[in-house]
Amino acid sequence: MHVNLRVWRQAGPKAEGHFEDYAVDEVSPDMSFLELFDVLNEQLLADGVEPVAFDHDCREGICGSCSMMINGQAHGPERGTATCQLHMRKFEDGAHITVEPWRARSFPIVKDLAVDRGALDRIVEAGGYITVRTGSAPEANLTPIPKEVADWAMDAAACIGCGACVAACPNGAAQLFTAAKVSHLNLLPQGQSERYERVANMVDTMEEYFGSCTLHRECEAACPKEISIDFIAMMNRDYVKAQFKNRRLIAQK
Amino acid sequence: MTIQEVSTASQKAGADDADRLVKDTGAPVPVKKRSGGPWPVHFWRSAVGKKWVMAVTGIMLLGFVLVHMIGNLKIYLGPGEINDYGEWLRRILVPALPRTVFLWILRGGLIAAFFFHIAAAYQLTRMNHAARPVKYQGGRNYVAADFASRTMRWTGIIIGLFLIYHLADFTWGTLNPDFVRGDPYGNMVHSFDKWYIAAIYIVANLALGLHIFHGAWAMFNSLGLNNPAYNRARRYFAIGFAALITIGNVSIPIAVLTGAVS
Repeated sequence: MHVNLRVWRQAGPKAEGHFEDYAVDEVSPDMSFLELFDVLNEQLLADGVEPVAFDHDCREGICGSCSMMINGQAHGPERGTATCQLHMRKFEDGAHITVEPWRARSFPIVKDLAVDRGALDRIVEAGGYITVRTGSAPEANLTPIPKEVADWAMDAAACIGCGACVAACPNGAAQLFTAAKVSHLNLLPQGQSERYERVANMVDTMEEYFGSCTLHRECEAACPKEISIDFIAMMNRDYVKAQFKNRRLIAQK
Repeated sequence: MTIQEVSTASQKAGADDADRLVKDTGAPVPVKKRSGGPWPVHFWRSAVGKKWVMAVTGIMLLGFVLVHMIGNLKIYLGPGEINDYGEWLRRILVPALPRTVFLWILRGGLIAAFFFHIAAAYQLTRMNHAARPVKYQGGRNYVAADFASRTMRWTGIIIGLFLIYHLADFTWGTLNPDFVRGDPYGNMVHSFDKWYIAAIYIVANLALGLHIFHGAWAMFNSLGLNNPAYNRARRYFAIGFAALITIGNVSIPIAVLTGAVS
């Protein structure tokens, strides 16, 4: 295979960026999109050009490091996959592929295709945990959880925090990320005691950095874990409830 | 435009290039200040709260357009019916209240609903534009966002401008040389007889239909009404509501233009 890449090059956070065209020959259809960039970088090194900086780590779709806007779609054209799991067989021979970094005010470009997604960590710090003393693992059957609830919580917990939802959102909103991080705890018994505090703090922090939801559903389509926007509805409801809830009575049903 | 981007990078030590560059992006600078104040103010200041207000005011406005359309359809029953209906609106709760008082209470609610709906839309749009100051330089390829969702701001503006014209045409009569107060039947026939005025009404109602198609679906999510039992029905509700309002309203100028109503 042969592909024509148009890649965003930017020397640093404050530098002016631009697109650069590169042709890559001898691309195997079995290569991942990141491996295409490995080949490109080898080629650039041989030519004495600085290689393209891009984020990557596990390369098996679970770490959330890779982050490329491929032909105007976060993580490229294939549904339910991160860039690392996107294979070149999804493209035609001689394809023209434009690659640029995630763009959002709170995702500043570090270099080339690498962006700083620290703002997502600020949201998790605001409540994406439960406050318990950890010791030895508790008895698993002590807290019965219906299978449907456990499955649904796990669907939210599948979020790898890659930021594709923000990148894909026309409003630059982080609702799907935040909703997933709120919901996987708010759905379970262990998350109940901090449920309303969690949602209020995480949403307020999210809004310090990101836009708002207008239900375009681009996030859901871009998410490599196919997390449902139903979690956003749940977060919205819990946020509204958090405004009215008398938290002293939270232990009462 | 100067491009200002913010970073929340911690000052962790790192040997490679990227980590050194991350430090250059600076200290954490939130885009928006954390909202404070007593609860109604705090709630309004949050985007989730504004969307909730948009949904609630949207429901009020949906109720209004539905009742308004049903009233409009009385034109098919002849001048007597629709003109009597117009007078009845002014006489609701008479004699408990003087004439038109209850109508003004309804109008007050309507004006408040429009105000909060538009104020929230304006502020959220500003917030969303600030969240991505630099657009995608290579363009976007939308896969899920539909035409209606991406044109909400434009259909909203069209409806707002139309509303002002509509009031000037049929309520104040300032833009209507043939205006006769208390004769909605005659006013409608005289206005819609002119093709260009009929066209304004048809275009505005198509915009309203698109706006409702997205809004009447999205409001369920903004309110957090989500249940697998009825999630599918939300889309049908929005399609049905949008179709009903559009067809009902657009039929009237067409009926006048074609001479079915005269």
